[in-house]
Amino acid sequence: MNTVVADITYRAMLGRKRIWLLILLPVALVALAALLRLINGHDEQTAVTLMKSFAIGTMLPLLGLIAGTGVIAPEIEDGTIIHLLSKPISRPVIAVTKFVVAASLVAVFAAVSTFAAAYLLTGSESGVATGFTLGALFGGIAYAAVFLLLGVLTRHAVAVGVIYALLWEGVVGGYVPGARKFSIQQWAQSLADQISSSPFFSSEVTLGFAVPAVVLVTVGAVVWTGQRLRSLSLTGDD
Amino acid sequence: MTTTSSPVATRQGVLELAQVSRWYGNVVAVNDVTMTIGPGVTGLLGPNGAGKSTLLHMMAGFLAPSSGTATLDGRQIWHNHEIYRQIGLVPEKEAVYGFLTGWQFVLSSARLHGLPSPADAARRALDLVEMTDASGRRIETYSKGMRQRVKVAAALVHDPQVLLLDEPFNGMDPRQRLHLMDLVRRMGEDGRTILFSSHILEEVERVAHHIEVLVAGRHAASGDYREIRRRMADRPHLFRVRSSDDRRLAAALISDPASSAVTLAEQGVEVQVTDHARFTALLPRIARDLGVRLWQVSPTDEDLESVFSYLISGGAR
Repeated sequence: MNTVVADITYRAMLGRKRIWLLILLPVALVALAALLRLINGHDEQTAVTLMKSFAIGTMLPLLGLIAGTGVIAPEIEDGTIIHLLSKPISRPVIAVTKFVVAASLVAVFAAVSTFAAAYLLTGSESGVATGFTLGALFGGIAYAAVFLLLGVLTRHAVAVGVIYALLWEGVVGGYVPGARKFSIQQWAQSLADQISSSPFFSSEVTLGFAVPAVVLVTVGAVVWTGQRLRSLSLTGDD
Repeated sequence: MTTTSSPVATRQGVLELAQVSRWYGNVVAVNDVTMTIGPGVTGLLGPNGAGKSTLLHMMAGFLAPSSGTATLDGRQIWHNHEIYRQIGLVPEKEAVYGFLTGWQFVLSSARLHGLPSPADAARRALDLVEMTDASGRRIETYSKGMRQRVKVAAALVHDPQVLLLDEPFNGMDPRQRLHLMDLVRRMGEDGRTILFSSHILEEVERVAHHIEVLVAGRHAASGDYREIRRRMADRPHLFRVRSSDDRRLAAALISDPASSAVTLAEQGVEVQVTDHARFTALLPRIARDLGVRLWQVSPTDEDLESVFSYLISGGAR
């Protein structure tokens, strides 16, 4: 962890237009919850559906994509990363720092809005708000790491990331039974299910599988990112 | 291939490339280059697309040689982040963190280097490039020349033994250019190893005591700039002459040793001149004697690419 790298990365993410991308979906989630509360009143089933399909199923991977690729891909694209890489700091340390920034952004924006939305709909009933908040934190960390890796693997990180987030996580992970075990959103739901006692919700992936899977994917992606950064080649204009 | 002898090899800050090649797929960007860059200012000269940036990136640890080795004081550069304690790099790309002020940018560089007094070092570096007054402004408000200078300040903040600059004078106004040239010269005189790339000969000869010429990825020439300048001036020149009677003029020119070949072309007479001074005196005299009117006399290969092509063809050896 390097505080100067973190400082520059936070400024890049929060001090410019990109912050609106991070704010947009969480605001939409809370607004949707408020609307549903007005229409349906206190409704646990609606809350669980909204959390599963929108908070964990849509917002979380997209926030992971925005933060994970955003902390590194634009710098590689425009060459500003040279400022960090031409210093006597090991590349894995830069990778870990970028991951911490991305994960913290996903955690704050996803977890806070998830809790606010679920609390609006259910209060503290059945642990839905707490469960999905911790689930969002848990899954958000893995998403941040995976999308960070994508940001150093390909120059088309955002396009590949959108396809992955929507197709694999959204469609395949959501509806194809066999693939669910290998979907980050299912791991997030597994933790949510463990904490929540709601009768409207049960996860198909056990916590015994989800926790090691998140740890493995997160650590693996960050280590791989560090290795990629060590060998990052910058070509000149000629 | 010309290789600089390396009496400086035992001193600090010596960059060495040994049989370095770099290719992208089937395209060879740098081809079997061996050179030693020691203390003082060295200019890396070559036309656009010659492979200068590729070479510089290999020396800066941002590109692995496909074959051969690039070392600094005997230590491998690629995959060695500790090398940046000794190297300062000014990349050609203009991109810097526009949302930071000049001060924040240079200070961040000092802190990333882990310097004991980063603020003092940043102040010194900004002062050196005359950017102190503008350092409170965001970089996105800077002109191209100011960005370049703030990049130089960030590269100098840790007082590196080796400074690599990729086309550093691009986009600078004449006063800024002279100032940076003076700074580079002084740092070279202090015993630092400075390598900068350029496609402009005049730029290189004003600053560098030594020139390495790269053409089409190959090491074309190496040596003192005066020597290279002389070779460039002494090469055969091709002139195109248009006149009222090209045929008679060609017949007269071919009999004189000032030219080695005379061709009658559609656009006039093409003359391969080997003795420049003799030819320029001869041509008006012959034209007057023959009563031929000269309409146009123009050198056809004065562009830098032609000069470089001549150097690499071996004519200069």
